[in-house]
Amino acid sequence: MQPSVNVVSLVSVGRHPQSDRSRRADQDARAVELGLKLAGKNLTLVHAGDPENPVLRQYAGMGLDAFTVLRQKSYSDVLPIIGNFLTENNAHVVLMGIRAESGESSGMLPYLLAEKLGWPLLSRVADILHVENGKADVLLALPRGQRRAVTVSLPFIATVDNAAKDARQSAYGPGIRASITVLDAEQTADNMAASWAISPAKPRAKRMKVVKAKNAADRFKAATAKPVGGGGNVLKQGTPAEKAQAIFDLLLEEKVIR
Amino acid sequence: MMFDWLTPTLIAVLLVLAGIGAVRRMNLWRAGQADKVDLIAGLMAMPKRYLHDLHHVVERDKYISRTHVATGGGFVLAMLLVVFVHLFGVDSKVLAWLLLAALVMMFYGAVFVFKRRLNPPSRLSKGPWMRLPKSLLTFSITFFVLTLPAAGVLPEGFGGGLLTVVLSFCILASLVEMLFGMTWGGPMKHAFAGALHLAFHRRPERFGGGRSTGLKAAVLGETSHGVAKPTDFKWNQLLGFDACVQCGRCEAVCPAFAAGQPLNPKKLIQDMVVGFAGGTDEKYAGSPYPNVEVGNAKGGPDQIITDGLIHPDTLWSCTTCRACVEECPMMIEHVDAIVDMRRFLTLEKGDTPNKGAQVLENIIATDNPNGFSPSSRTHWAADQNLNLMKDVQQADVLFWVSDGAFDMRSQRILRAFVKLLKAANVDVAILGDEELDSGDVARRLGDDATFQNLAKRNLAILSQYRFKTIVTTDPHAFHCLRNEYADFDSDLNALASVEVLHHTTFLNRLVQEGRLQLDTFKGGKVTYHDPCYLGRYNGEYDAPRELLASLGIDVAEMERSGYRSRCCGGGGGAPITDIPGERRIADMRMEDVVSTGAELVAVGCQQCTAMLEGVVEPRPVVKDIAEILAGQLIEEAH
Repeated sequence: MQPSVNVVSLVSVGRHPQSDRSRRADQDARAVELGLKLAGKNLTLVHAGDPENPVLRQYAGMGLDAFTVLRQKSYSDVLPIIGNFLTENNAHVVLMGIRAESGESSGMLPYLLAEKLGWPLLSRVADILHVENGKADVLLALPRGQRRAVTVSLPFIATVDNAAKDARQSAYGPGIRASITVLDAEQTADNMAASWAISPAKPRAKRMKVVKAKNAADRFKAATAKPVGGGGNVLKQGTPAEKAQAIFDLLLEEKVIR
Repeated sequence: MMFDWLTPTLIAVLLVLAGIGAVRRMNLWRAGQADKVDLIAGLMAMPKRYLHDLHHVVERDKYISRTHVATGGGFVLAMLLVVFVHLFGVDSKVLAWLLLAALVMMFYGAVFVFKRRLNPPSRLSKGPWMRLPKSLLTFSITFFVLTLPAAGVLPEGFGGGLLTVVLSFCILASLVEMLFGMTWGGPMKHAFAGALHLAFHRRPERFGGGRSTGLKAAVLGETSHGVAKPTDFKWNQLLGFDACVQCGRCEAVCPAFAAGQPLNPKKLIQDMVVGFAGGTDEKYAGSPYPNVEVGNAKGGPDQIITDGLIHPDTLWSCTTCRACVEECPMMIEHVDAIVDMRRFLTLEKGDTPNKGAQVLENIIATDNPNGFSPSSRTHWAADQNLNLMKDVQQADVLFWVSDGAFDMRSQRILRAFVKLLKAANVDVAILGDEELDSGDVARRLGDDATFQNLAKRNLAILSQYRFKTIVTTDPHAFHCLRNEYADFDSDLNALASVEVLHHTTFLNRLVQEGRLQLDTFKGGKVTYHDPCYLGRYNGEYDAPRELLASLGIDVAEMERSGYRSRCCGGGGGAPITDIPGERRIADMRMEDVVSTGAELVAVGCQQCTAMLEGVVEPRPVVKDIAEILAGQLIEEAH
């Protein structure tokens, strides 16, 4: 790991599924864990929101002396300021969870950021093996414990899958002692979001799952496997142009583009 | 005597050296943190504390208590008189005869010390301790002979040059052990450090029959939390470690040691001494931590303890059952030290092993260790028709349900207790979803920040309602409410005038008042397992036994019962940190139960119930006392 590689973990305020209480978001904490593996104490921990939120101390308690908060009111669009912060601070590797546990939780932020910055986005990363000479070897998480190794050039954005290493315990002492750098960034009000009425989601009735498996191995698979789409092809052979054509055809077929 | 000047010179030189050693040793203790101690009152109280409290514990082993009275008493008296007779040369037959008597007494005791060391039990440390009886004998014989002329039994200047040389050598050898060794780290150090430890004990409430078992609150928000280095201990804790006589009584009662987990309370205390004095443990001559080689531990006053002196697994093996503290004749506080060091590991290093991190995270996010929804806390009582404090605002009795509310086995205990309360027409209410985890597990795992947070929030809730008594079926919550919440209750006074009771104490009162009609129990032989947090922590040994007696049960006591009860293995977060050993503590405890021939083991704690029921069958049935009583309840027909 070269010291010149600047790793940033973006974190949000999570919400506990049982108590609805604010907590260290699970995937974001994994993003910090991965960041600590890559950069150690040099990891830049960034949150856009309220610097007073005590939950942020739980991230710092994982072993960071300092973190940065881009001060934002609620119902602000965090996309512009995070984008600006990343370019200004010359970030190389940006890690974050797949989706937030509170707020819109749309999972769109990494995509919008990648689009805005023009950086590649790796979604559902299980591990980053090493970063060398402007390139990173990354393992992507696929269903059923499969992994795909890819190489990507810096800078890039990665979302961290649940398959990534569990976040370490947060220690109280370092957490409360960590210093916060508050940056008063420009506010971009998200009027659309402000006008929404938000109510708790009701759990949707689950469809009865009839398992037709005849043996234990199949039942186990049915119980544990992530749903895999029925269609689709894995293209391993062929030139990049052929693969691109296949994707293009699929997008046409699915009426994503017309 | 040919060299009249020799004896006084030797005594004087060694006294001076001992004095220098004492100052050095005191400086080692003074490297610890400040602690408020009333020095004068402590010193004044010391003789009584020695004669009464310490001796009370030593007395559990009659052989050694008599031996120690003779040897120790004889030596202290003899040493004082030696100073007068041989150093200052006071010419008094009376003093000389007194000295002779003291030496005879000491000799008599030393013979028994010697006998004990012929085939010492494994719990005793060997090494320099094997030398001690010989030194004691040498001292008493040598000074006996030296004093004979002063007493007029022998003429002055008897004996030849050879005798003088031999005597001089003996004086030197015995005084080096008895005086020099006392302050420079020999076995006699226990007398010097022990006396001061009694005087400046961190829990003076323990003397005179009192009890002080609640952990001291951690100061939060400092540059570090808990004990990282030996100098982070309070100075009188360091002094306490130095008082250890390595008798190994703690080792003999430690459940983790017996289970082959890497903990031996005696070795732990000796490692603490190595820590603040600096050096290695290679001179340690007692039983090691099971399966850990002696000689590799290194420490210094300013070195991190878990970095080479003690493996964290040693600290996490402790069940905080307090058996070692109860048994220690020097009244050393092992559990305080262990939790102090755990605080550093959890609060500063974020290194609670196994499920510890997850449990703490759950407690922080959901106020219960298993991460259940806080709004499901009262589900167990859906059919119990219990009043909620929120609705009634006041009641005679507040039933503190504890986290057993989430566990199906513990719910059976809760329901049994409610059935008894209803049968006795007790005006009772529960907090329902307002109740939070008591913080017991968080505190024993070293997370005092979370404990204090829970304690304050629980107290804030309790302060809103009016009740005279809190009753709980969980001895751990009982201990927290009764002994540990007071540190955080000075503003609210939520519990100031409230009686906190364990359900066995409360039920016993109901039975004695004739408010429960109970049938005689006819289920065969019954034994009773004392929960640590009810017995040793709170001194309640009688109520459960009286309750069982009220059912006509003649309790078949286990060998380890009452204050010597063995832990079930469920305390101190030990099932959560789950340090591997050779055996399971619960299995060993069940063997104790089986050896009484009992078919039923009565318990007063849901944690003990869970641990003992986790032992594979066939084994005796495990039931909480509330369940046994509920089973024998004669209900009036309506």
